[in-house]
Amino acid sequence: MTEFALILVSAVLVNNYVLSKFLGICPFLGVSGKTETAIGMSFAVMFVMTLAACASWLVQQFVLVPLHLEYLQTIFFILIIAALVQFVEMVIHKSSPVLYQGLGIYLPLITTNCAVLGVALLNVQQDFSFFSSALYGFGAALGFALVLVLFSGLRERLAAAPVPAAFKGSPITLITAGMMSLAFLGFSGLVKV
Amino acid sequence: MNSLVFAVLALGGMALLAGVALAIATRVFHVEGNPVAEQIDHLLPQTQCGQCGYPGCTPYANAVADGSADVNHCVPGGERTMRAIADLMGVEPKAVEEAAAEPMVAFIREDECIGCTLCIKACPVDAIIGAPKHYHTVIADHCTGCNLCLEPCPVDCIDMLIKPELLEHWSWPLPDTERARTGLKRRSQHAQAA
Repeated sequence: MTEFALILVSAVLVNNYVLSKFLGICPFLGVSGKTETAIGMSFAVMFVMTLAACASWLVQQFVLVPLHLEYLQTIFFILIIAALVQFVEMVIHKSSPVLYQGLGIYLPLITTNCAVLGVALLNVQQDFSFFSSALYGFGAALGFALVLVLFSGLRERLAAAPVPAAFKGSPITLITAGMMSLAFLGFSGLVKV
Repeated sequence: MNSLVFAVLALGGMALLAGVALAIATRVFHVEGNPVAEQIDHLLPQTQCGQCGYPGCTPYANAVADGSADVNHCVPGGERTMRAIADLMGVEPKAVEEAAAEPMVAFIREDECIGCTLCIKACPVDAIIGAPKHYHTVIADHCTGCNLCLEPCPVDCIDMLIKPELLEHWSWPLPDTERARTGLKRRSQHAQAA
């Protein structure tokens, strides 16, 4: 039980994907303009990352290891995740229009997001069990969601702040992201995984 | 060599499997759009001018399809579009709501034009030609008279003129519509002049 708690805390706070590993910066900067879209994106990422972690674990254990093709991990995972996300998008479109309205537009965006691929690859490196890797994927997505929503809140305030002309727009956004990363560094002593 | 063939086969097989699964999924989970709305959308001129009060042609088509909008709000489409939609929906044709009773066309007073290209960007049907710092002009044949170019012009050099009724665009108007009355007026003026 402690092991699972450690994995979760480590993935959410200590080894935060965006601020410590610097994965998934593109959606982090791209979709954080408004809190509303950030929340939609967060749920989509949670969904996809957990799924991707499970699928990649299955592929690794039942296809790559028996065939001794571990060196093809990256390309296999890209293939599997992309196909899976497309498939899930279709199923959601058919079965739940409400969920599709909420997640639909974000799903293709994160098909082969580097954070999603990162979860799949790191899971394999860390030799997790099936449940641990699913939890790790979910935790990583939770960390991503936390940071994305916090950052979108900051950016909404920034829009109204008197920013010096030279720093308007992207520069102040990047500086803010850097400061957040510094703040998250404070968690680094919390867990060792 | 053997392992290489093996790797190619495994990856190819996996890709084939994923492809087939997705192809089947597109069939099984195919979502029907509203076919009526799609047909109406095809009839609309796709100028996205917003004169119908909806933010584009597709939203208007959806509104007509679910019965929340009348068939006669598309100004650029004119009477022909309205009749086609009315036929499709099985309702009585109505006169097209037009702010101006007569078909209008934009005209740029070229000696006042500063070549700012703002009207080119505003035009939904690309009927204005010109380049930065060169005079712009309107292709009268393509202009739908939607008035969208008037607002952005910083020097107000665009006039809306009455569109000459060309032979190739002419059709019999519906009886007792604004257009029928205009035609009657024009013909009587013509007869008087002759």
